[in-house]
Amino acid sequence: MSEVSPTRRDVLATSAAASAITLLFESPARAAGDNAIRPFRINVPEARLVDLRRRIAATQWPETETVADQSQGVQLATIQELARYWERDYDWRKVEAKLNALPQFITEIDGLDIHFIHVRSKHDNALPLIVTHGWPGSVIEQLKIIDPLSNPTAHGASASDAFHVVIPSMPGYGFSGKPTSPGWGPERMGRAWAELMKRLGYPRYVAQGGDWGAFVVDQMGLQAPAGLLAIHTNMPATVPADVDKALQVGAPPPVGLSAEERRAYEELIKTFKQVDYARIMGSRPQTLYGIADSPVGLAAWLLDHNDADGQPAAAVASALNRTTSATGELTRDEVLDNITLYWLTNTGVSASRLYWEYKGGFFNAKGVTIPVAVTVFPGEQYQAPRSWTERAYPRLIHYNKVDRGGHFAAWEQPELFSAELRAAFRSVRQPS
Amino acid sequence: MDAIRTEDIDHQRRQLLGTATVGIVAAGAISLLPSQLAAAPDDAIRPFRINVPEADLVDLRRRIAATRWPDQETVKDQSQGTPLARLQELVRYWGTDYDWRKIEARLNALPQFVTTIDGVDIHYIHVRSKHPNALPLIVTHGWPGSVIEQLKIIDPLTNPTAHRGQAEDAFDVVVPSLPGYGFSGKPTGTGWDPDRIARAWAEVMKRLGYTRYVAQGGDWGTPISSAMARQGAAGLLGIHINLPATVPPEVAAALAGGPLPTDLSDKERAVVEALMTSGKNGNLAYFTIMTARPQTVGYGATDSPAGLAAWVLVHPGFAQWRYGADHNQSPTRDDVLDNITLYWLTNTATSAARLYWENGARGSVIVAAAQRTAEISLPVAITVFPEDVYRPPETWARRAYRNLSYFNEVDKGGHFAAWEQPGLFSAELRAAFRPLRHTN
Repeated sequence: MSEVSPTRRDVLATSAAASAITLLFESPARAAGDNAIRPFRINVPEARLVDLRRRIAATQWPETETVADQSQGVQLATIQELARYWERDYDWRKVEAKLNALPQFITEIDGLDIHFIHVRSKHDNALPLIVTHGWPGSVIEQLKIIDPLSNPTAHGASASDAFHVVIPSMPGYGFSGKPTSPGWGPERMGRAWAELMKRLGYPRYVAQGGDWGAFVVDQMGLQAPAGLLAIHTNMPATVPADVDKALQVGAPPPVGLSAEERRAYEELIKTFKQVDYARIMGSRPQTLYGIADSPVGLAAWLLDHNDADGQPAAAVASALNRTTSATGELTRDEVLDNITLYWLTNTGVSASRLYWEYKGGFFNAKGVTIPVAVTVFPGEQYQAPRSWTERAYPRLIHYNKVDRGGHFAAWEQPELFSAELRAAFRSVRQPS
Repeated sequence: MDAIRTEDIDHQRRQLLGTATVGIVAAGAISLLPSQLAAAPDDAIRPFRINVPEADLVDLRRRIAATRWPDQETVKDQSQGTPLARLQELVRYWGTDYDWRKIEARLNALPQFVTTIDGVDIHYIHVRSKHPNALPLIVTHGWPGSVIEQLKIIDPLTNPTAHRGQAEDAFDVVVPSLPGYGFSGKPTGTGWDPDRIARAWAEVMKRLGYTRYVAQGGDWGTPISSAMARQGAAGLLGIHINLPATVPPEVAAALAGGPLPTDLSDKERAVVEALMTSGKNGNLAYFTIMTARPQTVGYGATDSPAGLAAWVLVHPGFAQWRYGADHNQSPTRDDVLDNITLYWLTNTATSAARLYWENGARGSVIVAAAQRTAEISLPVAITVFPEDVYRPPETWARRAYRNLSYFNEVDKGGHFAAWEQPGLFSAELRAAFRPLRHTN
C-alpha cells in the first residue's frame, strides 16, 4: 500500500471537519468525478476502540423484560452477557487484519464512494461475481465464501467453477460513503454495481444477493445491464400478485394454493408480523439516534432481525453461544465483528435509511426475465415454492432446496452456499 | 390522607429523602420505596417528594455532552424523523442551560403520594379544591407523556374562580403516573394493560374516599378511562376523553386495506383520507414497534439521552411542535425537556413502551370495536381538538358511545390538549361534567 502514503496526510488533514468515518479510511484522495479505483485499508484509531469500551461499560440499562422469552425483544440477560464480552474480551483488530489481508478498494460511482473487496481467482476463465449483503449485514457476512469461490480446488471443487469475487459495501453501509440526498435505493445500487463491474473490466459477470442484496440483484435483473449473464438470489421475490395482495391485508390463504404454497403463505404472514423494525426504519430512520449514540442500543437493534426460526434470528441467537466453529458456522465474534463495523463507521442510521428509500413490494414477483438461480434455505423468511419461483423467474436456471442455513446463508453455511453458487452458475459459463 | 398524621408524614418523608440517593442511582427512583415502607399497611397512602441526586444530573449532562450523532437526514423536512440540527440544538440546551430543579420544585409544591395497588407502587398528585362539593376527577396521561402534561390544568380545575370559572365547577384533582411511567413502580410481570390500570384507578379513588367521581384521559388515558366506564367502577359517574375510539368497523376494514365504504359523508371521508395519509406517512410505526419489541427499542432510548429525546418526539403529536422557537407555544421547550428528563431520571423508556406490548392484540386505540365501546353505558363526553391524530366525526362518536353526553369540537389544540391549551381544556371539562355533578 505504499502508494497510499503521499495522500494519506490529505485524508487525515480533512478528517477533523468531516465525519468520524474519514479517519478510518486509508485511501488516496481523488478528484471528484474521476473513475479511479483506489486501494483501501482499515486502520481504526485505538482511541475509538477505547471509547467504545468505555461507552459499553457506562451503559445505562433498562430493567429486565416482564416475560421469560424473547417476545418483547432482545432479552436483557442476553445483551448484557454479549456486552460484557464485547467490552472486555472482544478484539476488533482480528477482523480488521482479516479484512486488510484482502484486496479492498474504493471508487466513486454516481457521486458516492463505493467500498469493495475484490479477490481475483488464480484460475483462468474464472467467472466474475458480485455479491451483495443486506441489513443488518455488511461485507463481513461474505468473508467465508471468498476462498471457496475464488479458490475452489482447495475446497474439494473444480477449477472450472472458480469465481472472481467482488463484494461491495452498500451505500450508507460499512466503508462506503453515506448518501447525503435521497435516491439511493436498490434500483440505483443496481446501476452502480453494473458500473463497478464495467470499471473492473468484466464484460461478462453474474450477481448474487440475499436480503437487500436480493432486491439489488432483482433490480439488476430488470435493468439487464450489458454483460450480466444471470443472478442468484437466496431471498427470491416470487409471490404472485393476487397472493401478495391477500398478504398485505393479512387475509386467509387464497383458495387454490397447493400445500407447499399454503405453507409459504403462512410463513410470510408470520414474517410480516416480525418486521416492525423495517416499518420504523422505513418511516422514521432519523429517529433512531439511540443506535448512533449507544453501542448496546445498536447491538440490540441489529440482533433483533428475524429469521424463519425466531426473532432474533435463531441462527444469530445460537451463534452468541458459539465461541469457535471448525465448520464455518456463525460465531459470537463474527456477530460482534459486524456490529462493531456498524459502530465504528457510525452507519446505524445511514443503513436504516435504505428502508426509507425503498417504496416497492417485498416478496412480490418483480418481472425479471434474465436467467435466475434460486437456492431455498430452510431458515429463510419463507420457502419459495418451485411453482411460484418458476412463474416469477421464467428463465429459472437453478432451483434447489437445501437442508440447512437461513437468512444469513453465506454467513451461516459458507461451504454449502458456495457449492450452490457453483452449481447455480455452471450453465452460464462459456466452455473453456 | 386524613388517616395519616403529620408526624407520620414527616417521618416517612425523612425516610424517602434519606434513601433517595441510593434508590435512584442503583435502580430507578422508586424501587426502594416498597421495602422502605414494608411495615406500612398494604393500602397505606405515603407522601412522596422528589429529590434527584445531583450526581444523576451531572451524569445526564456528561452523557449529553458525549453524544455521538448520526449524520444528517437526507431530506429537508421531518419525513425521516426529528431533524439532526433541531435535535442537536434542543439537546445542547438540555445539557447546558436546562434546569431540572425548577420542575422538581413545581412538582414538590404539589401534594404527591404513593400507594401500592395490585403489587405496584402508584404515584399520583392529589390536589383538593377549597370549594365544598368539588367533583373528584382522575386524569390519566399517555405516552410519551407523564403527569407533567397535566400540571397546567390543576389550578384551573381546582381553583376555577381564579380562572374565569365558577366555584360550582371546581374539581378535586387526582393525576396518577401510569405503571411503568414516571414515579410509579415498574411492573415486573405481565398483565398491566389498560383494563388492569383502570381497576387500579378505581382502587385509588376508593382509597381516597371518593364515592362519586369522574375520569378523564387522552392517548392511553382514553382506553384506561373507557375501561373504567366499561367496568362500571363504583362511584364513577362518567368520563371525558379526547382521543375517542370512534372508528366504525367498515372504516377500520378500509384502513386495513379493504374497500372504502360508499356511503361516507364528506366529513367522514375527509377523516378516513387523513387517517390513510397518516398511515402512509409512517405515523404508526412507533406504535407497532413498541407493540412488538418494547425491550429492543428501549435499549438505545435508555442509554442515550439524545436517543430518548428523539424517540419521545417521534410521536405525531409533536409534528407541529416548534422546539421552543415559538415562545408562545405550549408546551414550551422547558416543558418538553421536563417530561423527557423525567423519563431519563426514572429510567422508564422501556417500561413505558411496554404498555403498547400489553395492549398488543387488542389493536388500535381509535377503533370502536377494538376498544369495546359498545359495552360502555355510562355517560361519555368528548372534546375534539383539531390537531389531534384524527378528528372523529360526531356521527361516528354517536355510533361508538351509546350514552354520548357531550360532544364539542374546539378550534385549537392537539394531541397533548391539556398541555397545549390548558385553559380551553379546563373549560371543556367544566362544561362536559356539569350535567353529571348532580346525578346519582
